[in-house]
Amino acid sequence: MSILIDKNTRVITQGITGATGLFHAQGARDYGTQMVGGVTPGKGGSVIDGFPVYDTVKEAVQQTGATASVIYVPPPFAADSIMEAVDAGLDLVCCITEGIPVLDMVKVKHFMRGKKTRLIGPNCPGVITPGECKIGIMPGYIHKPGRVGVVSRSGTLTYEAVWQLTCLGMGQSTCVGIGGDPVNGTNHLDVLRLFQSDPNTDAVIMIGEIGGTSEEEAARFVKEYMTKPVAAYIAGVTAPPGKRMGHAGAIISGGKGTATEKVAILKECGISVADSPAEMAQALLKIYKP
Amino acid sequence: MNIHEYQAKAILRKFGVPVPDGHVAYNSAGAREWAKRLGDGPWVVKAQIHAGGRGKGGGVKLARTPEEVRIISREMLGMILRTHQTGVEGKLVTRVLVEKGCNIANELYVSLLVDRATSKVTVMASTEGGMDIEEVAANTPEKIFVKTVDPLVGLTAFQCRNIASNLGLTGKLVGKASVALQALYRTFMECDCSMLEINPLVVTAENDLLALDAKFGFDDNAMFRHPKIADMRDYDEEDPKEIEASQYELSYISLTGNIGCLVNGAGLAMATMDIIKHYSGDPANFLDVGGGATIERVTEAFKIILSDKNVKGILVNIFGGIMKCDIIATGVVAAARQVSLSVPLVVRLEGTNVELGKQILAESGLDIVAADGMADAAQKIVQAVKGAN
Repeated sequence: MSILIDKNTRVITQGITGATGLFHAQGARDYGTQMVGGVTPGKGGSVIDGFPVYDTVKEAVQQTGATASVIYVPPPFAADSIMEAVDAGLDLVCCITEGIPVLDMVKVKHFMRGKKTRLIGPNCPGVITPGECKIGIMPGYIHKPGRVGVVSRSGTLTYEAVWQLTCLGMGQSTCVGIGGDPVNGTNHLDVLRLFQSDPNTDAVIMIGEIGGTSEEEAARFVKEYMTKPVAAYIAGVTAPPGKRMGHAGAIISGGKGTATEKVAILKECGISVADSPAEMAQALLKIYKP
Repeated sequence: MNIHEYQAKAILRKFGVPVPDGHVAYNSAGAREWAKRLGDGPWVVKAQIHAGGRGKGGGVKLARTPEEVRIISREMLGMILRTHQTGVEGKLVTRVLVEKGCNIANELYVSLLVDRATSKVTVMASTEGGMDIEEVAANTPEKIFVKTVDPLVGLTAFQCRNIASNLGLTGKLVGKASVALQALYRTFMECDCSMLEINPLVVTAENDLLALDAKFGFDDNAMFRHPKIADMRDYDEEDPKEIEASQYELSYISLTGNIGCLVNGAGLAMATMDIIKHYSGDPANFLDVGGGATIERVTEAFKIILSDKNVKGILVNIFGGIMKCDIIATGVVAAARQVSLSVPLVVRLEGTNVELGKQILAESGLDIVAADGMADAAQKIVQAVKGAN
């Protein structure tokens, strides 16, 4: 067991005939993920490197029995692709695409209400259950099957945490990159809730960054409901206010969402907060014995 | 992306938001001419720079005659305006907005933004116009009213009436406020704003509403469908290094320290700045080369970092996912040769093709310090920069 995905997950790639989509579909297949096909409108009926291509997500789902999709469609069209995947009734959609207009995502969120699909991202590295299923762009080899859950807004910082865990001999149950955009499908709290009820996750590393209040809400959940140890790191202690630090979400405005404020609240809620990004795994070891 | 006040007001006017009559001028004679054409005075002359706090810095002045408009404009144009937002270096004023004055009876506040918690557009209104809204939120939160907009139906008439009522407006002003709020909402949606702030929204002695100042924040991700707005970008208002970086799709923000950073991923880039500070160093910049960086982009990133004369050392921190370490390594070597690198360079590589990347660096014959892990890398560059001073 794990959260969101496992060895039975069947994945289609939306935007499979693009260079990025194909490259990562191949990478995921090499990792052992059941990559069962792809979608590119207008290229249905063709086969690319062994992947059958369909014109619509609905058709791809019917033909392949896919339960999840991963999206590499360019930003102007990505919101529509998410809605198409939701409409086709998939359990999970990971949108890797970076740069989707935020008002498009406001519409997508509204469209998704009452539907069963869980959206991860956009602007995220994806999800991996090590040894079973990799959906997204993370390098597979840094991971190791195990019992620590990882959730993060940042892609490369997730890799950093995973690598630290692996180097210390701690494997991961599932690693979830929720993405750096202000409006996304799944937040820290949603993932913590899943980890709390997953019998194969014993502890969690949560990585946050400046901006918004997602980390604070997650921390309050940890305090009230979580029985599993949680360590955290918040990026952006040195970020100047009012500047967008790459992620549209990572912006401090009016003293809200500063790293200092977040760290204080996390500590109050019993989370072991790493002082430096090089100490995320050690911060977990302070409160958790594998 | 931000725009000037006169541009903001032109957009608002187009969408039917009431704004004072006014026009931009680039020289003092032009300013006087526009004052005459706008009709009877008094007029307000406003320096056009992106930073806030202009009034206190002497960038907003009242004129009683067209000649006074000319004299004030002559003083403002070419001056360096310093406000709490510009920093000590200030901003050069190259244009002024000449606007008809109005009789202010009351000052209100209205803004729209995308609320992350609800994933919806939210209207914020307050009776405390003309003040810093963050201060109002901190000291008198009961004076701020918030309405969440349903994406399907948009801002409704009843929500507008409720806001008007919250703001203490009565009689004909309720209808006028509703029209203005609906127009603001349309502006926000159709221009892909991330933030739209009217502070103050004034009630005049004649019982009219006017947006006296306006601040737009646009969603950079949506500018591909707004070429006219994108054209309003004023490059003089931005750091030249940041402009150059954006041309190569690099995300660069200039800071005040002396350790240049080249990192992939926004989160890791922020964390790299943090860890440099953790070891008592001072980052010179935030730089995210992104996932799809090419050798050319890495080379340009290097040049941009080095164009900052404060930089006494460079830390490259790469955890390759999409980004392959050999690409970074090749770019680093090429750039170091091209610019004849003379400052210490510490490189930490991990992830996709890491062995190949390390090999390229080792075989380059360049003086590159290899590091294992972020802590090691940060300590090494901080040490190297200290040694150089």
